[in-house]
Amino acid sequence: MAIKLPIFMDYHSTTPVDPRVIEEMLPYFNEKFGNAASRSHAFGWTAEEAVDYARERIGKLVNAQSEKEIVFTSGATESNNVAIKGVAEFYKEKGNHIITSVIEHKAVLDTCKRLEKEGYEVTYLGVGKDGRVDPDDVKRAITDKTILVSIMLANNEIGTVQPLEEIGKLTRERGVLFHSDAVQGVGKVPFDVQKMNVDLASVTAHKMYGPKGVGGLYVRRSKPRVRLVAQMDGGGHERGMRSGTLNVPGIVGFGKAADIMSKEGKEESARLLAMRERLRKKLETSLEEVFVNGSLEHRLPGNLNVSFAFVEGEAMMMAIKDVAVSSGSACTSASLEPSYVLRALGVGDELAHSSIRFGLGRYTTEEEIDFVADLVIDKVKHLRNMSPLYEMYKDGIDLKSVQWVAH
Amino acid sequence: MAYSEKVIDHAENPRNVGTLDKEDPSVGTGLVGAPACGDVMRLQIKVSDDGVIQDAKFKTFGCGSAIASSSLATEWIKGKKVEEAEAIKNVDIVNELNLPPVKIHCSVLAEDAIKSAIADYRAKQAAKKA
Repeated sequence: MAIKLPIFMDYHSTTPVDPRVIEEMLPYFNEKFGNAASRSHAFGWTAEEAVDYARERIGKLVNAQSEKEIVFTSGATESNNVAIKGVAEFYKEKGNHIITSVIEHKAVLDTCKRLEKEGYEVTYLGVGKDGRVDPDDVKRAITDKTILVSIMLANNEIGTVQPLEEIGKLTRERGVLFHSDAVQGVGKVPFDVQKMNVDLASVTAHKMYGPKGVGGLYVRRSKPRVRLVAQMDGGGHERGMRSGTLNVPGIVGFGKAADIMSKEGKEESARLLAMRERLRKKLETSLEEVFVNGSLEHRLPGNLNVSFAFVEGEAMMMAIKDVAVSSGSACTSASLEPSYVLRALGVGDELAHSSIRFGLGRYTTEEEIDFVADLVIDKVKHLRNMSPLYEMYKDGIDLKSVQWVAH
Repeated sequence: MAYSEKVIDHAENPRNVGTLDKEDPSVGTGLVGAPACGDVMRLQIKVSDDGVIQDAKFKTFGCGSAIASSSLATEWIKGKKVEEAEAIKNVDIVNELNLPPVKIHCSVLAEDAIKSAIADYRAKQAAKKA
């Protein structure tokens, strides 16, 4: 079978909507277009029923006790904002300390930074070389003033899965609320708000083959009952936690996407893991000086983040322009700084500049894996042939001993 | 970010990639940039007795614009007198390749690489005479 180009291998950024999801959404654009908040007629009831069914399906995916624990938002950025700011505001009499990690998504980090400006104290925990938070660090960081710990399920760049169960034990013991940005991992690796004692969890549809622009926040209703101050004022939708007319078609799609994940996620993950390993082994067999960033064991099955030493990431992406991937190189960002996640792992700047993130997903095929592996191997060799660093490495020069003229 | 056609052309078909013998007294080598900054350029020139750049080679670790800037630099300086090559400014490279503001440092690095190679050549020549 001929390979269709370009190939999408950037499933961490977003995913295409599953045709089964689209099919279920369609009637809610025109035929069943009611406002879920309209309590006085059948159009509204139909919409509300559909929304509640979606709540149930999403609740099931994270093992919520009740569908009422799911609050719909515009996406995970909003979910993270309302979870952290909402809890901070509600519990400010109890304490002003929040714990998070340095490799969280910007939606968490920048929210925490804003709270710092407002007088809250935030501890940013570092991670090991494996890209994971040490639960002992969480334990040590908790004080009498701590109101919230926010640690992601899986990292968006390096795919490392965090020890949420261990952290959840600690937070529950100390009576501290536990939030997790579960966007990248839910449905792909085990996630269970009961088993992990997670009190708030952010999820989004478009990372699981649902539509963009619809997210959810799991908010525990009992033991403990989590309270938060709404960050969006208005008609008091979503039990007062998030005002605004619900995106009914999007929510219906989210529900279907979650249902598919509940039923097929495990099998899909096994398939992706096999393909990811096939890709990794091919690259590591044919190329020298290839480094996987972060733990291989505790990692999303569809994630491979590797640094090809002596080759710059953006040049690499340009050389494989028929394959959509992403890089932690500075040149791909406006800031000219390499990835803060890779830096947090202690990956040197030179290797951070050389990193490529492959993201595999539902529609990735084995043929694509083989095609990409061959292409990458060929292009890395080509770019190394024109890299002065590779030549120096081959001549036995220690690159760290060279007096570089930084600019 | 969209690249200009000229950047793509140079990045995909780089001119004058290679290595000259850096021990040769008629060869000047410039190595600029740093791996931690994400770009390193090595530009070499081979100069004839009458001061003309006969050959130029480069190797670059860096993004497409950095590769294109150094490739273009070698193309331009070949056949030029050393003094003429020295007069090339980074803005000339920016204009030729239509580099966006965020990539201007790539052209600066290419200019530095030319100047550094010429300085090395001159130092070798001075040492030879001394």
